[in-house]
Amino acid sequence: MNTVFPNLKAKGREYLFILPAVIMLGLFYIYPFFKIFQLSFFDWDGISKNMIFVGLAQFKDIIFDNPIWWQSMAQAGYITLLALIIQNGLALILALFVDRGIKYGQVYRVIFFLPPILSGIVIGLIWNWIFNGNFGLLNYWLAKIGLGHLAKTWLADPDTALTCVAVIHMWKGFGWGFIILLAGLQSIPRRFYEAARIDGASNWDVFKRITVPLMIPVFVLVMILTVLGTMQIYDIIVSTTGGGPGYHTEVPVSRIIAQMLHSSRFGYACAMGLVFGLALVALSVMQMNISKRLKQT
Amino acid sequence: MKRKIDKYVIKNFISGFLSHSVLILVSVTCIFPLVWMFSSSLKTQQEIFKSMSLWPAAFNWANYVIAWTRGGFGVYFLNSVFYTVTVVGGLILISSLAAYAFSRLTLPGKNIIYYVFLAAMMIPIPGAFVALYVLLVKLGLVNTRLGYILPQISIGLSLSIYLFKTFFDNIPKDIEDSAEVEGCSKLGIWWHIALPIAKPAVAVIAIFKTLAVWNEYIFAMIILHDKAKMPLQRGLMIFQGAHFTEYPLLMAGITITVIPVIVIYLFMQRHIIQGITAGAV
Repeated sequence: MNTVFPNLKAKGREYLFILPAVIMLGLFYIYPFFKIFQLSFFDWDGISKNMIFVGLAQFKDIIFDNPIWWQSMAQAGYITLLALIIQNGLALILALFVDRGIKYGQVYRVIFFLPPILSGIVIGLIWNWIFNGNFGLLNYWLAKIGLGHLAKTWLADPDTALTCVAVIHMWKGFGWGFIILLAGLQSIPRRFYEAARIDGASNWDVFKRITVPLMIPVFVLVMILTVLGTMQIYDIIVSTTGGGPGYHTEVPVSRIIAQMLHSSRFGYACAMGLVFGLALVALSVMQMNISKRLKQT
Repeated sequence: MKRKIDKYVIKNFISGFLSHSVLILVSVTCIFPLVWMFSSSLKTQQEIFKSMSLWPAAFNWANYVIAWTRGGFGVYFLNSVFYTVTVVGGLILISSLAAYAFSRLTLPGKNIIYYVFLAAMMIPIPGAFVALYVLLVKLGLVNTRLGYILPQISIGLSLSIYLFKTFFDNIPKDIEDSAEVEGCSKLGIWWHIALPIAKPAVAVIAIFKTLAVWNEYIFAMIILHDKAKMPLQRGLMIFQGAHFTEYPLLMAGITITVIPVIVIYLFMQRHIIQGITAGAV
């Protein structure tokens, strides 16, 4: 007995090492995770005692009868598409420039990563003002170079608001893509390039035959993270347009928050979260499958 | 032969010139909005709508005093500092303690628990904040500082346990054995030996979590309703909503928000960039 008990006691004390972490994870991560599934089956305002079980009705409503939800998905998709092409394209071009051992490469790296470390709120509030219709910088410059007739209230105009938000988002994000792509490029052994040069390969050949194939895993990673990050855009929206004009810059996260805080439809908001989460997982799996196929060819 | 070399040199010069032009242009677009923010924060209310000059007519440092006091940014700033310190400190203590147990101690079932932690890192759950809010209501933690701190600690837990554990796994066992012979407890070994050796992990986690907490907005919006408890990001939105036209003060508030981030970044940029790329490549 005496030999068992001290041992048990010591073991018990050792469990105390992981206890705080387990409680925190269980309470604030695993519990909410399962709670979302439960709540998504109920019509509930978040306060009252009576929760009405509605089964899958809320999912059905979101998927078939909620055009604004799908509009918000499409708008986040539009920003994502622009980010994938323009933001990552720019990041790759800049990374290729710096990778050639250019002078001051270190300085550029520090500068390009400045926007990504700032908050979406701060960036949105600053750009708000650049795009302002009455006294914004953009209109001022347009007038200066004789294009004053193009001036408009950029973030309040249904034609331009979404694209302007996308521009702000890409300004914040390209430096991050640049850093990862540059690290990927620098991990390619230089002798590959030298060997290709000796064989008389042109710059374009080297890029197509050596750089791109070796960079595919990095490309896939950057693409997946761009999709996950951009689809969940919110801070920049709330600090610039707030979803307007009308619903023209609404995105999934802003819809979920609106359902929860403004309409007090907690169950519905949870169902939206699940539909959205599922869409994100599906997108990631799709991208990984495409990359696998690329690797095989 | 000589002509060929000349051609090569010229071609090299032109391509270098072009790359630098593009890089400098992009650099200017990165920095310009920040310079403009700062210069606007020093202008007067009248000047700001009339003059687009980057150089203010006079340096109204008083804007910062007004923003800090009447604008409430002093309170927001101290709140942000408090939240950042408590979340980062709590995260490092709790995760390193758990990681040490996962790495060293022989607990039955510890691997299963560890894998649950890792799995939690993989699943994206947008909208989890809805259920989290419901939980905080039940616990009476809505609109409390604790209610804002605890969820943020739990968010970083999986990743930092993973980082700490890989570190602890590489510490030679001999060091700890000799400490144990000299009568050091497991807790003492964690504090005096394991944690100091894991300093690089502490640094990486602290830097990234500091930026994340300082820039956090959604939780602050959902959980906190009292101005006295709000951090800077939330305070900026409140200020903008209430004093829409007072741009110099808003810009002063943004500058107050941004300066600590930029200072940390400039001192730590090597670690930050390494951290980003280490996780990725």
